[in-house]
Amino acid sequence: MREYLDLFWVFAKIGSVTFGGGYAMLPILERECVDKRDWATEEELADYFAIGQCTPGIIAVNVSTFIGNKQKGVLGGIVATLGFASGPFILLSLLAAGLGYLLTYPVVRSAFAGVRVCVCVLILNAVLRLWKKSIPDTATLVLFAVIFLLSVFGGLLPVQVSPAVYVVAAALLGILLKRSEESKGGEPK
Amino acid sequence: MILLQLFFEFAKTGLFSVGGGMATLPFLYSMAASTGWFTEMDVANMIAVSESTPGALGINMATYAGYITAGIPGALAATIGLISPSILIILIIARLLNRFRSSPLVQKMFYGLRPASVALVAAAGIKVAQISMFSPAAFADSGRAGDLFVWPAIILGAVIFFGQRKFKKIHPIFFILFAAIVGAVFNFSA
Repeated sequence: MREYLDLFWVFAKIGSVTFGGGYAMLPILERECVDKRDWATEEELADYFAIGQCTPGIIAVNVSTFIGNKQKGVLGGIVATLGFASGPFILLSLLAAGLGYLLTYPVVRSAFAGVRVCVCVLILNAVLRLWKKSIPDTATLVLFAVIFLLSVFGGLLPVQVSPAVYVVAAALLGILLKRSEESKGGEPK
Repeated sequence: MILLQLFFEFAKTGLFSVGGGMATLPFLYSMAASTGWFTEMDVANMIAVSESTPGALGINMATYAGYITAGIPGALAATIGLISPSILIILIIARLLNRFRSSPLVQKMFYGLRPASVALVAAAGIKVAQISMFSPAAFADSGRAGDLFVWPAIILGAVIFFGQRKFKKIHPIFFILFAAIVGAVFNFSA
């Protein structure tokens, strides 16, 4: 029982002090799980992040589940993940409750109009960051362009297509493209 | 009933969004369009609040979206919905860790998945830009091309963009704060 409480508490702490999730939580994970406790090694953490990045879902959740699972099996994985989500959960619920009221003030609405501009830039930066390792050649560039246009002008299509459809189609296309490349004798990248 | 719906919508998001918090955006927009639980404007606000609070962006957005849809129970349903596919998948992968990493099939899948993920995030960015930097309504009214752009917003965007390139060490939260002050002082919502 003590170990579960420990897992919950440590991950609650990590979740409440890391801004931005993903790689932003790596330094504090190292401190809490590698230096202070023997929950994982540096190499294991790197592996968890690599896998977390390329599996569905939130990277921070994936990494928490990995470490919890390593300590105390399935239940440990669940406990660590719930711990990670608990702090932000309380905070965001409070904020969501208050924000609707605050937005009745014109000055708050103006502030948020400014913030939305900043959000555009943050998204643009995320795209630029992902671009390099995601779009290495023409085939991926075409795939990017098609899905981008389909989702920007999705409102004009006769049926609403869920992003999930694009994701699954892209995964299948990836397999097909790479397979035909191999059968032509090209070097697989 | 709405709690079950919230759970499933966010479980879908958790299952199909690959590559970090921003990847949940297209799903939130699709949810806004198909369910009417929140507006596109709400989503843009959620991003701002989620980026300025601790924790992972995706979880924060799920909590926020769930809360404004159905209060605390809604926040719980959405958050647990979002994280459960990840937990399941990782628990399985943890068992076959090495085989997964070196699997050529997985490598090939990601060759196609990555560009798709970038495209979806970029398209979500366009949606936020539409409501924050462009005003198609003013353009339709006057017919002048210059009215299509909200110039103060575009200037602020450019300043933040180049500011972030120059000062890479500064946390995004400070740029968000800066944008909030500029927006409030120059009356952006008018």
